[in-house]
Amino acid sequence: MKKRGIGIGASLYPTGMSGGGDSSQAQVKVQPDGTVVLTTGACDIGEGCKTVLAQMAAEVLGINYEQVKVINDNTDNCPLSFGTFASRVTYVDGKATVDAAEKARDILFEVAGQMLEANPGDMEAVDGKISVKGSPDRSLPIGEVAGAATFGMRKLVVGLGHYMREPSAPDPETGEIDPFCTLAWAAVLAEVEVDTETGEVDLLRLVCSYDVGTAINPLLTEGQIEGGGAMSIGAALSEELYPNYPSLEQAPTNLGDYAIPTTMDIPDIEAVIHECPSTNGPFGAKGIGEMTANTPAPAIINAIHDAVGVWIMTLPATPERVLRALDEKGGA
Amino acid sequence: MHSLELTVNGRSYQTTVTLKTTLLEVLRDKLFITSPKVGCNSGDCGTCSVLIDDKLVRSCITNALSTQGKEITTVEGLSKPGHLHPLQEAFHEKYGAQCGFCTPGMILAAKALLDENPKPSRKDVREALSGNLCRCAGYGKIVDSVMAAAEQMGQAKN
Ligand code: FES
Ligand code: FES
Repeated sequence: MKKRGIGIGASLYPTGMSGGGDSSQAQVKVQPDGTVVLTTGACDIGEGCKTVLAQMAAEVLGINYEQVKVINDNTDNCPLSFGTFASRVTYVDGKATVDAAEKARDILFEVAGQMLEANPGDMEAVDGKISVKGSPDRSLPIGEVAGAATFGMRKLVVGLGHYMREPSAPDPETGEIDPFCTLAWAAVLAEVEVDTETGEVDLLRLVCSYDVGTAINPLLTEGQIEGGGAMSIGAALSEELYPNYPSLEQAPTNLGDYAIPTTMDIPDIEAVIHECPSTNGPFGAKGIGEMTANTPAPAIINAIHDAVGVWIMTLPATPERVLRALDEKGGA
Repeated sequence: MHSLELTVNGRSYQTTVTLKTTLLEVLRDKLFITSPKVGCNSGDCGTCSVLIDDKLVRSCITNALSTQGKEITTVEGLSKPGHLHPLQEAFHEKYGAQCGFCTPGMILAAKALLDENPKPSRKDVREALSGNLCRCAGYGKIVDSVMAAAEQMGQAKN
């Protein structure tokens, strides 16, 4: 018999290394023609940080992100980034990038202030121009300002940025600690169909809702949610990990035995972006990289319980484990 | 050593191989065509997919000598200078590639599908790509990309 059930998974997740101390740096250089080079150690492993960090630098400098070239190709020459892990790059490297871009912008304001005979504190950078706030007719294209700085005033328009949350440890007396950059929240809903004769679990629907702070790039955010969702489906239903296989000799040694979900195992994951800006993140961003792979699996396991009344306590919920649990319970 | 002649993306090549050399080794190590990736090297993941005479195969388990005189297409062969293939356009537009490791194989599997079935359903696309693993993108946007390319190619024909 086939039985359906619905389950929910919920989680909260810290951005960056718990306890802080993970630092990132960035360099923003405005070229004499007004285009920008962002140099960062942040490694893009497919999540899209080159795009997101370019967007942030562009936003600060009031230009299109296509005008920002990102160099992140080696750790010898680039400023340091602690790495692409702990859901940290958008937030930590983002803050370093914003810091660097603001410092470069300050130099542009100073130069434009001299050119326009205005106070650098009264300037803004929008639409590719440096202008006196409130008087759009007193403005100069960013390229003209950067050109004058470079060739006229012998200034290098470079901003060096940094961010590191102070390392923190629990207070020995009270245990109190303030360890996180920010927290993101999630709720995932799964609907499954369990075949009580074969123990097979078919995932019919997966709705994944994440509080991402601000979605700096919604399409990339959806990509993170869907990709993490697929990994979590594998963890819940098919990917056998140490030490859960019967013996070391039976450990999977190839992708035929270690079953990564295929197109046929993954429904069209419904990604829901919930924006609740973090008070301290760059443009309100939070990190959700890792939690996207954590939250769906419990929702699926709960859905199995809803369908057939058994708790699968060892992942993945293979047909064998589901059937054993049903046997122990004396049927669905 | 045996001599091997084959055509890749319209260009002929001549090289020498042993009885054990795979097509993937020829492409990557001898011809420096690196879009076919070494994923599992055992026929399980599809990242090494190429087309031989328009048929989708896994080059890691294809003996190089069996391709004597054949026409091989890799993803590099789909685009013309300045013009991406509609599938490549669609993968770009619809964000069908995250890290990109599976992408050359995905695009070639999709090409083989669309050659046979120019108006696939989402289910057809999922079935045709089921031998190509993606570890990071979750498949949804890959299917979106193939559907968009099919539509675009259909319109271009009419
Ligand atoms: S590398 Fe050929 S199938 Fe995985
Ligand atoms: S895009 Fe990364 S493996 Fe498919």
